[in-house]
Amino acid sequence: MRPFKYVRASDASAAARAVAANPRAKFLAGGTNILDLMKEDVERPDELVDVSRLKLAEIKAAGGGVSIGALAKNTDTANHPLIRRNYPLLTQAIVAGASGQLRNMATNGGNLMQRTRCQYFYDTAMPCNKREPGTGCGALEGLNRIHAIFGWSEKCVATYPGDMANALYALDAVVRVRNASGRERTIPVVDFHRLPGDTPERDNNLQHGELITAIELPKSNFAKNSYYLKVRDRASYAFALVAVAAAVELEGGRIRQARVVLGGVAHKPWRSLEAESALVGKAASEEIFGRAAEAALREAKPLAHNAYKVELGKRAVVRALMRAARMA
Amino acid sequence: MPRYIGKEMSRVDGVAKVTGRAKYAAEFQVPNLAYGFIVLGTVARGTIKSIDTREAERAAGVVRVFTHLNAPKLGPKASTEYAPPRNTREQDKSFRALQSDRIYFNAQPVALVVAETYEQARYAARLVKVAYNAEKHETDTEAVRASARVPTQGQPPKTRGNPQEAMRSAPVKVEAEYRIPIEHHNPMEPHAAIAAWEGDRLTIFDKTQDVYGVRGHLATSFGVPEANVQVVSPYVGGAFGASLRPNYYPALTAMAARELKRPVKLVYTRTQMFTGHGYRPYTIQKIALGAEASGKLTSMIHTAVHNSSTIEEFNDNTTGFTRQVYACPNLYAPTMIVATDLPTPTWMRAPGAVSGMFALECAMDELAYALKIDPLELRLINYAEVDPESGRPFSSKALRECYRLGAEKFGWKGRKMEPRSMRDGRLLVGWGTATGIWGAFQRPASAKITFRLDGTAHVTSATSDIGPGTYTVMTMIAAEYLGNRPEQVKFELGDTNFPRAPSQGGSQTTSSVGSAVHGAALAITAKLLALANQDASSPLKGAAASDVEMLDGRLRLKSDTSKSVSIAEVMRRNNLAEVTETFESRPLPERQKYATMAHGAQFVEVKVDPDLGQVRVTRAIEVSACGKIINPKASHSQEIGGVVWGIGMALQEATEIDHRYGRIMNPNLQHYHVPVNADVHEVETMFVEEEDTIVNPLGVKGMGELGMVGIPAAIANAVFHATGRRVRDLPITPDKLL
Repeated sequence: MRPFKYVRASDASAAARAVAANPRAKFLAGGTNILDLMKEDVERPDELVDVSRLKLAEIKAAGGGVSIGALAKNTDTANHPLIRRNYPLLTQAIVAGASGQLRNMATNGGNLMQRTRCQYFYDTAMPCNKREPGTGCGALEGLNRIHAIFGWSEKCVATYPGDMANALYALDAVVRVRNASGRERTIPVVDFHRLPGDTPERDNNLQHGELITAIELPKSNFAKNSYYLKVRDRASYAFALVAVAAAVELEGGRIRQARVVLGGVAHKPWRSLEAESALVGKAASEEIFGRAAEAALREAKPLAHNAYKVELGKRAVVRALMRAARMA
Repeated sequence: MPRYIGKEMSRVDGVAKVTGRAKYAAEFQVPNLAYGFIVLGTVARGTIKSIDTREAERAAGVVRVFTHLNAPKLGPKASTEYAPPRNTREQDKSFRALQSDRIYFNAQPVALVVAETYEQARYAARLVKVAYNAEKHETDTEAVRASARVPTQGQPPKTRGNPQEAMRSAPVKVEAEYRIPIEHHNPMEPHAAIAAWEGDRLTIFDKTQDVYGVRGHLATSFGVPEANVQVVSPYVGGAFGASLRPNYYPALTAMAARELKRPVKLVYTRTQMFTGHGYRPYTIQKIALGAEASGKLTSMIHTAVHNSSTIEEFNDNTTGFTRQVYACPNLYAPTMIVATDLPTPTWMRAPGAVSGMFALECAMDELAYALKIDPLELRLINYAEVDPESGRPFSSKALRECYRLGAEKFGWKGRKMEPRSMRDGRLLVGWGTATGIWGAFQRPASAKITFRLDGTAHVTSATSDIGPGTYTVMTMIAAEYLGNRPEQVKFELGDTNFPRAPSQGGSQTTSSVGSAVHGAALAITAKLLALANQDASSPLKGAAASDVEMLDGRLRLKSDTSKSVSIAEVMRRNNLAEVTETFESRPLPERQKYATMAHGAQFVEVKVDPDLGQVRVTRAIEVSACGKIINPKASHSQEIGGVVWGIGMALQEATEIDHRYGRIMNPNLQHYHVPVNADVHEVETMFVEEEDTIVNPLGVKGMGELGMVGIPAAIANAVFHATGRRVRDLPITPDKLL
């Protein structure tokens, strides 16, 4: 990798200041993604500000919900009693991702920052607007079996690869961030990631130097009826072809509220309000789930090699809802 | 009764491997070492217009940047004083790096940066700027398949009977096309070499399956006598064929070391491996089978086309075993190749066989359904009692017993013929079967044994152990015939200072090298007998070498074990601290009268999620008939590994090329999928042992390749049975089953 400066931050504000001061600086937490990308010469920071020792790993009850430290490890988050009991969807999503070893290293904040797994992004000899704006999108007319069917642009057809965030979208999470002047702000997770548009180099709406400090989950009524489904090319340790985070709140067989979030289909987790509104107020049934699935995939625009994701997506939505409603 | 042969033994090198004492090529400590990092090109065909190395040369720690402009020429033309020995080897036309401005394939090495540390070399490699004159390339085998032809090397394909006519008149026929993508070996250990010269003498630590092959390649490359080159490769972390033919990196490493007059180390990255050692070629196969209503095959026409490079004609003989599996009077089965602007393919576990048998065994399944005959029954109807190709008898063939045992263990008779007729809740259940086949090969090999006064033995042969357990099995054979204990035997391999052995490929090491070790042990026995019988009072007087055996420090008459002498006493009497014998084993002439093959039967259960297209191989039973099993523990491991690989080939593995750029787009283990533990469920492997003294005195056949040959077809057939969907293009990923 290229030579870089390594700085260990003393606290969150200092970390934010250090990164804000250098346009080519990046945060380092678990390192499971950025170090790989640096070895591949995809990421080229000239300074890494190590935040991994900051005291931001606490998982605690807060305001009826839970606050999860940005630096809590994926493994610890998935196994935490508060999460397992009140947000099993999040546990399922986390353990569907990566491997045990990676989850032991990966942090929650880093997971949100995970970059795409597009092959063209990874190969510096290939065009990629996300890696090198202006070079073109290699995947648009290239190999795009694992790429987006929603929200892509001519500039970029990459997907957000993570699992955890799909559950966070379904659970109405809020991301707490701190900037260089020590000010905190919150971003609803649904507004955290971006669609590629004309600036695919930007994965999310963080300002340079803003540090994620916590992820907050409000009280949830989905604990009883939620399910995370991940369809992939092998049984474990592969990114989703299609994933679905599904949750319903049932009241006497009727759906009071619902969440349908698809993963592996867009530049961000793809929450389908259309599917959700097809469900709310209806009695839970395979038929109504099928209608929700149709609604969820109606606007899909597949590329040359990923038309299968439309049909697979529909079936995955039905299956996930069936499991969430404990009907399958 | 054998004491060790046929009994389970843990790997003698196991502890060294798991504790890190086993040294792999890149791990040797050599003083004053410099580190190389390869720069890969970015076009598929053309020439290098310019290379700017100035920035790289200025980077910290950089010792030299080699390109085609300053690299010395390697290869036969460089060899002015020394002509390579004429032997059976093919002429070495293998690709050598940095020899010209010509680009043959994308991600070809175009520069080598050597620096004081690995990190410095890798960084500086990114500062090398290369411009190309790109030319129109073709990497898509589909696009050029029409220009495929029979390779110029080797025999033209023979036609048996009149296959076209027989096909026309066949009452039942099936015809289909099958495809296998390019696949890569992906052993755990990346390829690596450390090269050090002293004058005109080269020592190289290398990851290889063939130390003598690398020696010949390097001697030719540098124009030095073979005796000047020592290749050392004691441990190999998997290779599967990726280290059989000469790869470009050993010569590149040795070239840099020679120019810099200091040792150089080079280790491929995972990505560099994808264009650094060959691959299983992209293979299109067209099969037509004709049969009588009874199921008897009347005609087989099996045409394979696979890609090669523009550099060499590589041919994996895809259709070779089609000629020998089933009794059929009319047959045409050519393998054709077509050049593409890709690196040269190479042997990859069960080369040709697993590809050809995937197509043939799927076609047999299709024929079974066309005939409405149970797929296993169809195979029995066409059972080859003698070799259909030569008409010779088999030296042994327990395939029928494999079918019977496997079917019984699996519960095959409970299978319903109709696709989609078996379920487990929501999941579709499918059962599939296929036949496995591989040759029982043997090549000349030598081994040397030094037997010492204290009963210990040092055994050497320049074979390799890429994982099958060669260290262990040679130790067992030596201990068996030297009459001592395995812990008294030290077997060493992987060094050109040891007696010559063939490459470890083709599942022939135990038959070849094992026979040499066996022969050397018998030579020791004979020598000791001669020494013993110099004593007038020897109780073994008049005994022939074959009448006696060594056991627990004594040499005794087999027919009357009370007649024996102390080996130590015999040696002491002759003032010998040790006796040494070298033995070269050769295939028995008797083999010529027979067909020598190993066979197997596979039974596979899959469960398919009909909505999501996900396939799980829930059960696999594999029965192999491959002669005598020397070490059941390692043998089962081999066959289990074969099944797992078969799962990968059937369901996951594919090297993807963006043909616009002619570039491999998944050269890493996140995008190139191989099975993980969660993909592997019940796997049961069994052996039907064959008594076969024709193949070799030990009665062993190979098994390393055999274990995977039938698995991809068995899985694809099971998927058809489960879903009614015939997927003829591997891998069978979820999108193909929606």
